[in-house]
Amino acid sequence: MDIFLQQLINGLVLGSVYALVALGYTMVYGILELINFAHGEITMMGAMVSLAVIGALALAAPGLPGVLILGAGLAVAIPVCMALGLLIERVAYRPLRHAPRLAPLITAIGVSIILQNIAMLIWGKQYIPFPAILPQGRHEVLGASISDTQIAILVLAVLIMLALILVVQKTRLGRAMRATAQSRQVASLMGVDVNRVIASTFVIGSALAAVAGVMVSAYYGLAHYYMGFLLGLKAFSAAVLGGIGNLGGAMLGGLLLGLIESFGAGYIGDLTGGFLGSHYQDVFAFFVLIAVLVFRPQGLLGARVVERA
Amino acid sequence: MTGHTLGWVVVAAALVAGCGDKPQQNGEQVVLIGQVSPLTGPQAHLGKDNENGARLALDEINAAGLTLGGKKVELELKSEDDAADPKTATTVAQKLVDEGVVGVIGHLNSGATIPASKIYSDNAIPQISPSATAVAYTASGFKTTYRVMTNDAQQGTVLGNYAVTQLGAKKIAIIDDRTAYGQGLADEVEKAARAAGGDVVAREYTSDRSTDFMAILTSIKGKAPDLVFFGGMDPQAAPMIKQMKQLGMQAKFLGGDGAQTPKLIELAGADAEGALASNPGLPLDAMPGGSAFKAKFEGKYGKIQNYSPYAYDAMYVLVDAMKRADSSDPAKYLAELPKTDYQGVTGRIRFDAKGDITGGAVTLYQVKDGKWQTLETVQSGK
Repeated sequence: MDIFLQQLINGLVLGSVYALVALGYTMVYGILELINFAHGEITMMGAMVSLAVIGALALAAPGLPGVLILGAGLAVAIPVCMALGLLIERVAYRPLRHAPRLAPLITAIGVSIILQNIAMLIWGKQYIPFPAILPQGRHEVLGASISDTQIAILVLAVLIMLALILVVQKTRLGRAMRATAQSRQVASLMGVDVNRVIASTFVIGSALAAVAGVMVSAYYGLAHYYMGFLLGLKAFSAAVLGGIGNLGGAMLGGLLLGLIESFGAGYIGDLTGGFLGSHYQDVFAFFVLIAVLVFRPQGLLGARVVERA
Repeated sequence: MTGHTLGWVVVAAALVAGCGDKPQQNGEQVVLIGQVSPLTGPQAHLGKDNENGARLALDEINAAGLTLGGKKVELELKSEDDAADPKTATTVAQKLVDEGVVGVIGHLNSGATIPASKIYSDNAIPQISPSATAVAYTASGFKTTYRVMTNDAQQGTVLGNYAVTQLGAKKIAIIDDRTAYGQGLADEVEKAARAAGGDVVAREYTSDRSTDFMAILTSIKGKAPDLVFFGGMDPQAAPMIKQMKQLGMQAKFLGGDGAQTPKLIELAGADAEGALASNPGLPLDAMPGGSAFKAKFEGKYGKIQNYSPYAYDAMYVLVDAMKRADSSDPAKYLAELPKTDYQGVTGRIRFDAKGDITGGAVTLYQVKDGKWQTLETVQSGK
């Protein structure tokens, strides 16, 4: 039972990070029907920028409380990623908005490679350590272990997702986003500044990615210029699993993927008597994805146009 | 000195210099020996270190005077740069063969040494690597491949045995990163641990890109092992150690040479404390001739980086075989290499049938006070 609970915690923490990144994919897809493949790299940039700030602060002012240093890292990383998202949308996607759908997909991959290489030039190919500034508290719950960092990730992720739902459902900007998602032409006829709405979508998605990037680097204790690739791929799969374009779907898909990976890696070896080992965890996760898409091509929650964000 | 005699000196010097590449020089025979290591790129400091080790030995041999087949022999080092790249390695190997070297010290990396070894083998040129550890290097069945460094299989055997007998681990969990290196090492550890009476309770896998090991570690924690062995590199080992602490695992962490790096301590921080890992070979101060070598080497070339004592010994082993064959002809002295029994700076050097060093040393280290401290050195395969 304690192992089951531990895998549940592992899966939920991993899944909530996937969900945050998946939201960025799904929001952009909902409005533009564009898969922003550079989104994983924005997550990486968030991690790298915050680490640079945190590293410098931890050296310059070692007496500062860790949470404050982390906050400063976030406070720099979020605006940087927002600006980056805005810039990418303006330079790489907006000029191609009326081009065939393949063109922006290719520029998205191009942007992702450019960002990786910029990060490699600035920070090198080395793994960068996350300084030990956070309290390393650990709590035993029913035989399972949960750390302060894990609790912080879970709580923060839930709060951010609630805030996002509020923004989309209750604010003027949210209404404009939903309108643009339904029909760009009609929305603009109704006086919605479509360009502004699209730019805002990228900015919000990038902010979420920045937070997710900081979470990942704090959780695993390191960052690397290549870390965005696999994370982005997993998050994208999570978005598709839940139903791309659907906010709730991205959250559900992220959590599910995290849980599937965690339980898959934890139990697959014992269940198959060692025939399949834990190196099949990704295969297992993607197998579930394929199975869901075969029976529900629109994803678990579907991508119903009216509801997509 | 008058202008007249000075003129003759210049002419004489020019004549001598002009004969440089000819086999006969003042009655001495010039014998070329190759040295290959990365002299450019991120590993250039290691490559230069190997070159200097080989050069130091060569200079000493020349100074002491070498006579083969009744003729005085002058050794000359042909040093080449393979940039740690397999393709470049084959190019420079061919170049050395074309230049007529009679033996090669190198290369440094397993990845570069393995493809180059075919070229030396095809041309029957003996090769001694001071630092390549991959099992595959000597497994090709070539008669020309030798190494003076402990290989990965020997290291794995020592680690598995050490975990059970010295660290007292009864239940052992093994994780590897599915690379040729990580898997190879982990397989040897598993075999040796079982042979020593240990119980391998879990065998889990990850990749060389992962940073999340919570799921497999949780599954391992359920089997309550005394020790977790990881075959892989430091970017995975560091978060693995952190996550073991996060899960409240009491098991010891043991890694191979991929984890025995300063980077591991940098990445894992305080959690690295107590982690164990090994490295093939001996630390310099534990080598039989370590301090004398250090004095000689550092007086001439500066700080020792890593493998220069092994390159130094490799050169002596090569020349030792030539002396016994009384010839620098590869066809003749190659037959003498398997009979090598040489007491070098790094210890006693003998070869098995494949050209691997017998009883190669493996040193175990533990992180204490944020630094790798030497625990002890174990000879492999008794």
